[in-house]
Amino acid sequence: MTSLERAERPAVWAEPPAAIRFVQDSWTIAEGELRKLRHDPTELITRAVQPLLWLLVFGQVIANTRAIPTGSLSYIDFLAPGILAQSALFSAIFFGIAIIWERDLGVLHKYLVSPASRGALVTGKALAGGLRSLVQAAMVYALALVIGVHLRLDPLSVIGVALVVVIGSAAFATFSLVIACLVRTRERFMGIGQILTMPLFFASSAIYPISIMPDWLQVVAHLNPLTYQVDALRGLMVQGATESFPLALDFAVLSVTTVVLIAIAARLYPRLAQ
Amino acid sequence: MPPAIATRELTRRFDVLTAVNALTLDVQAGEVFGLLGPNGAGKTTTIKMLITLLPPTSGDATVAGHDIRHDPRLVRRSIGYVPQLLSSDGALTARENLMTSARLYHLPAADRRARIDEALEFMALESSADRLVRTFSGGMVRRLEIAQAMLHRPEVLFLDEPTVGLDPTARRAVWDHIRGLREAEGTTILLTTHYMDEAAELCGRVGFMHLGKLVALGTPEELAAQAGKGKSLDDAFTHFTGSGLSESGEQGGQYRDVARTRRTARRLG
Repeated sequence: MTSLERAERPAVWAEPPAAIRFVQDSWTIAEGELRKLRHDPTELITRAVQPLLWLLVFGQVIANTRAIPTGSLSYIDFLAPGILAQSALFSAIFFGIAIIWERDLGVLHKYLVSPASRGALVTGKALAGGLRSLVQAAMVYALALVIGVHLRLDPLSVIGVALVVVIGSAAFATFSLVIACLVRTRERFMGIGQILTMPLFFASSAIYPISIMPDWLQVVAHLNPLTYQVDALRGLMVQGATESFPLALDFAVLSVTTVVLIAIAARLYPRLAQ
Repeated sequence: MPPAIATRELTRRFDVLTAVNALTLDVQAGEVFGLLGPNGAGKTTTIKMLITLLPPTSGDATVAGHDIRHDPRLVRRSIGYVPQLLSSDGALTARENLMTSARLYHLPAADRRARIDEALEFMALESSADRLVRTFSGGMVRRLEIAQAMLHRPEVLFLDEPTVGLDPTARRAVWDHIRGLREAEGTTILLTTHYMDEAAELCGRVGFMHLGKLVALGTPEELAAQAGKGKSLDDAFTHFTGSGLSESGEQGGQYRDVARTRRTARRLG
């Protein structure tokens, strides 16, 4: 056992305080996810095609029928923020698939055995889920400009939109992660993902105003975080749009939802490796 | 010197199945210890408890002197783990994988690059450092995973079926690297395997696990000798458990284990 004496083992090396570690670890995880997207942006690009179709095809057709009362806004102006929220939701809600994939491979186990806290691991994933939706936002903006949506392009509005998109997508990505922790297999996840997306989408103000919904659906819409995301986006994105709720309330609902979901996901995360 | 791993009556039940049944075991610092048994014997469950991924149903254990129930974070700082499955991220390069580990373990920023270069060199991966891991062969992935698990110089390294699915050449290369590691760092290594040649090759001591229980403990030579003159470790396993290593264990979780082993084998190519 001479090797024992030879080994100089830094049994305790200095670590930053827990709060700083949390931030650093979250960023390490998020940055890794973003690097993956840089190595292979295919998914990002294919995901960006969907909102374009909605705006171009669905938007143009419904605008022509003038069937949906959107007040002083043109329908395309009304729809653009809704489609941005929708595309961010659709890609965030399947975020959990990647986690199940990591679990099946064993990558997840390695992270859970590292000293990083579960909260930081989940926050990093949530942040990555939020940040990658910015690419979709950029695509929607570009197309919206081309088809003549009256966008607000002052820096403050654009930053506001970016924030809302990131927080909202982080919330739905974490929601997806919670589901992944509960169902644990890809097959079950796909089914549930599909079932959840539609009600979230249709019980929100994404493609029509809440006021035209039946009463019971209006109640659901008010409990749906997507409604608040769309509301904030509409106010920040489009000239002359009015919000149904104060912007501060939209931000509060989205932020609190995200934090609560991260807390739940952090508790459930270790189940994936058991 | 206190044992690197100490378990006392460590037990884990899943519904009706007792996957690990009152396991009491000491692994000394610097030892390479092998847990042997067929799929479903409780080896992986044992490891998962020791590395704080799975809470025990009852019993206690310490790893590197830290209690697995009360100080899981201290345990995690002191160990490295290479799962039976793939643990390096295929969508990242080898270097990026190592950098992620270096950051999550908060290795001193000034040392990270040097430590990573050293690890790549030790595992003979320098020339592939900036390739995406998904383009690696199975043997290369294993070496990278071991490099990653060793980056923070853990006191105890856990290897779960380190060479499952590898071809003979790659297996030998992984063995050489494990031995080299132990010599260079004095790391305590606990590995599981169902290959007797692997255990005989690498381990100073082995324990036979059968249906969740530790049924025999000793050096490979001692155990073989107890089975009779001129007997192999394989014969010893049959002697102690009453069943062969490959065909025994009709207990729960079999299909899943088989599916997983095959999947891993396929991916490792």
